[in-house]
Amino acid sequence: MVVGGKIQEYGEGGRVLVLDLEVRGHNRTPWYLRGKIGKVERCHGAYPNPESLAYGGTGEPTELLYLVSFQMRDLWDDYEGPEADALQADIFEHWLEPAW
Amino acid sequence: MSDSHGHEHAGMAHDEELGYYAQRVRAMEAVLVEKGVVSGDEVERLVNESEARSPADGARIVARAWVDPEFKNRLLSDAKAAVAELGYLESANLPDVVVAENDEGVHHLVVCTLCSCYPTWLLGRPPDWYKSLTYRARAVRDPRGVMREFGLELEGGVEVRVLDSTADVRYLVLPQRPAGTEGWSEEELARLVTRDSMVGVSRPLAPEPVAA
Amino acid sequence: MPGVHDRGGWPTEEPIDQEEHPVMDWEVRMSALLGALRGKGLMRTDEMRRGIEAIEPGKYESMSYYERWAESVESILTEKGVFTREEIDRKMAEFSEGGV
Repeated sequence: MVVGGKIQEYGEGGRVLVLDLEVRGHNRTPWYLRGKIGKVERCHGAYPNPESLAYGGTGEPTELLYLVSFQMRDLWDDYEGPEADALQADIFEHWLEPAW
Repeated sequence: MSDSHGHEHAGMAHDEELGYYAQRVRAMEAVLVEKGVVSGDEVERLVNESEARSPADGARIVARAWVDPEFKNRLLSDAKAAVAELGYLESANLPDVVVAENDEGVHHLVVCTLCSCYPTWLLGRPPDWYKSLTYRARAVRDPRGVMREFGLELEGGVEVRVLDSTADVRYLVLPQRPAGTEGWSEEELARLVTRDSMVGVSRPLAPEPVAA
Repeated sequence: MPGVHDRGGWPTEEPIDQEEHPVMDWEVRMSALLGALRGKGLMRTDEMRRGIEAIEPGKYESMSYYERWAESVESILTEKGVFTREEIDRKMAEFSEGGV
């Protein structure tokens, strides 16, 4: 599927790993999600890259932004709530890779 | 002291003794206006615009969704376009918004752990607690504990879904319509919709019992 | 180590302070000024965020929300050569000398 001129790599339900990239400086991938495996819920479309915008760049090339869900028990060893409790966050495509 | 835009900063003058940052912001604005970088009128216009926004705007959207299922569907699939139907600013510069619907099985809680992203143009300014380091830390780790502090204990079987607004999409919770409101008008329903219920820390108000 | 701004899941048992303080006039002004700068393309949201994230951790934690904004806007506009800190210092001094 083509979204905003880009080929959408992850479909709904796709399992993805959030990478722990060595980015110095501004990025929008919280520490607590790095190295975690989640499931793609939707693709929001193509957005300018915040890591470029933050330093006066144009934000090009744009990136697909995915809403990814995670089980709370996968995020926190000591999570006491029900197993079904989840968290969703918006992650840019270069921070994701397929997981099985 | 002359004022370049010809009217007094009545607000600023009321601050008994401006703190360091208040003074700094006043100086920055003055320098920027003097250099022609921004216009004082534009700043005034934005001040007025911000004062015009409040949770009542979000409440109207929620009430409309409660009474009009087709509007609700449009809201859930393209919230930016749907809210434009109600006369809200639709501009390419405004962030995208997604509406997350609560139902019997799911309750949403919105946070921005990295800064304090919030659908300000639909709800007005975020409350201090939303921006606090404590909320940002705990909402993603102990959402039920956070909700409990706001007086909300979810029934068994209801899944919590925390939304961390990490990118350019803002989230608005569409709470469940309270029971006992059949036949109510949109205006009456909107009065039950609190700001906190659209963030997810609590539920809308319950209808008051009718006097016997 | 997460950046000081990357707060998700930081350990704390502290209850959330629900007291709401009325917004101060200078904070409203700050917000509007930021909007005007954004409108002129002089401040991208991600530049603002980057400026806030660069605040020294001890300061970040003790500053209020709008104080961080003010600090970031001054840093970013100085970086871009829109003004100098000395110009701001001089204007501040002018206001002080002139009274209100």
